[in-house]
Amino acid sequence: MNIVACVKQVPDTEAQIRVKPDGSGIDETGIKWVMNAYDEYGVEEALRLKEKHGGDVTIVSLGPARSLEAIRTALAMGADKGIHICDPALDGADAYVTASALAAAIKGIPFDVIFCGQRAVDDDAGQVGAMLAELLGIPQVTVVTKLEVNGASIRATKPVEGAQLLIESPLPCVITAQKGLNEPRYASLPGIMKAKKKPVDVKNAQALGVSAEAKLKVLKFVPPPARPPGKIISGDDAVAKASQLVGLLRQEAKVI
Amino acid sequence: MAQGVWIVAEQRDGALRKISCELAGAARKLADQLGTEVSAVLLGSGIEGIAGELGKYGVDKIYVADNAALEPYTTDAHAAAVFKVVKENDPAILLFGASAQGKDLSARLAGRLATGLATDCTEVKIADGKMVAVRPIYAGKCFIEVVSLANPQMASLRPNVFPATETAKAGTIVKFDPGLDAAQLKTKVVEVQKDTSGRADLTEASIIVSGGRGMQGPEGYKILEELADLLNATVGASRAAVDAGWRPLADQVGQTGKVVSPNLYIACGISGAIQHLAGMSSSKYIVAVNKDSEAPIFTKADFGIVDDLFKVVPELTKECRKLLG
Repeated sequence: MNIVACVKQVPDTEAQIRVKPDGSGIDETGIKWVMNAYDEYGVEEALRLKEKHGGDVTIVSLGPARSLEAIRTALAMGADKGIHICDPALDGADAYVTASALAAAIKGIPFDVIFCGQRAVDDDAGQVGAMLAELLGIPQVTVVTKLEVNGASIRATKPVEGAQLLIESPLPCVITAQKGLNEPRYASLPGIMKAKKKPVDVKNAQALGVSAEAKLKVLKFVPPPARPPGKIISGDDAVAKASQLVGLLRQEAKVI
Repeated sequence: MAQGVWIVAEQRDGALRKISCELAGAARKLADQLGTEVSAVLLGSGIEGIAGELGKYGVDKIYVADNAALEPYTTDAHAAAVFKVVKENDPAILLFGASAQGKDLSARLAGRLATGLATDCTEVKIADGKMVAVRPIYAGKCFIEVVSLANPQMASLRPNVFPATETAKAGTIVKFDPGLDAAQLKTKVVEVQKDTSGRADLTEASIIVSGGRGMQGPEGYKILEELADLLNATVGASRAAVDAGWRPLADQVGQTGKVVSPNLYIACGISGAIQHLAGMSSSKYIVAVNKDSEAPIFTKADFGIVDDLFKVVPELTKECRKLLG
């Protein structure tokens, strides 16, 4: 099987996010960059498919030079090769531009199944997987927690509000990975050593023939609205405190 | 020229979903500012009866495609139908729910329409004739204001944030042919396993009772379940509790779980790791119950009780039972 997994390098979820004073972006000082957690599930599933069905796994990532680390991490986990779409013109690319660039890169290689994370934990847009499927003209199954490949088709479990759906799709298709799909492996030391020698093809927008023209413009970044200071209900008696809280929720907040 | 504010309504099993009414409310406000109409697209099978309900929430025109291939929802069929009716009518603004279905469909369509989509917005407004969408990123650690540079300007709106308002109006129903081509319909739903808990999904719950490491184990959640039953709430959990296997994945609130905006979030035994705080700090009211007075959760709480949750929660349940019967 020809398997592709798309990855994005994002700030660690433990990172404090500070908005630059002029609202033009976030202050990246001191941020630890890691592979997006949902992409890790995609990479892991790709590796498991390869182990079961044979074939190879190509990692594709769009991002600045530092994103190579995320590609190397996936190669260290066991993927075979990488494509790094790296071009200053694509810095801050929106979902449409990102999906267009990924589609252009993937069109140049054989693929049976493509994995993306269901969303990236930085911009939380959750669009790239579906847009990539659209631009490649193949089906998508998004937010998948279980996957089974049977010959030329797949069956995927997708949680929705109040239900779990079992969806069948022919291959090739795009699967976007949700937590629960698997438990991603750690890269082993020999894996890390081997990853250094695995090929990573670097491409720019021109080589891929993609336009960097955005569809969505960010006007400004703003810090979250501050919450008013809270009230600590004090006292030694749990019963009295519980009673006071219920009173506040009923009369002041009017939420119960 | 593109004009009109459109929503893609959602129904499940022949009933309109609450998010559809919230979308109608938000669309009405935008349309009034622009001096234009609100239209809705409603897709499914045997759903004409519910189309009129949208009129009560401020929709002027309801485009209905009633077709067996549109039930249950699949990306392929719904994307084809919405794409066709949008292309024929050229709306300026197109809104979706940021629900499982709405997120899946809106992203596919934004690709097909080659336009900008703002996901999971908490506010939409008009400036210089264009829609400015406000949305959290980093699970709410930061917000951005965005504008689409192409038409239709697309956004998905977070459930539970936009009020639905009933009006005295009735909408006009316009039937349309979704023009489905069987060869395009590649995916199918082969099984639907319904959750029998009877509780709302975390993303749509108006009250969430959530527990963390302080619950000490899966059995600790029994007291949260009891309180949740009484308040008609949904039970949530921190990542620590989910990773420990105490609660299912679907219950996780936070940056790598669900981002929630209930009216009331009751955090019990949750210290408040930054990735958890990010996922729940847009709740309208936050209550924290924790033994540790230094726990970061208290910085976000409107009301806090520093005490043993195993003493406090059963008392809360008792008090609520007195109040709510």
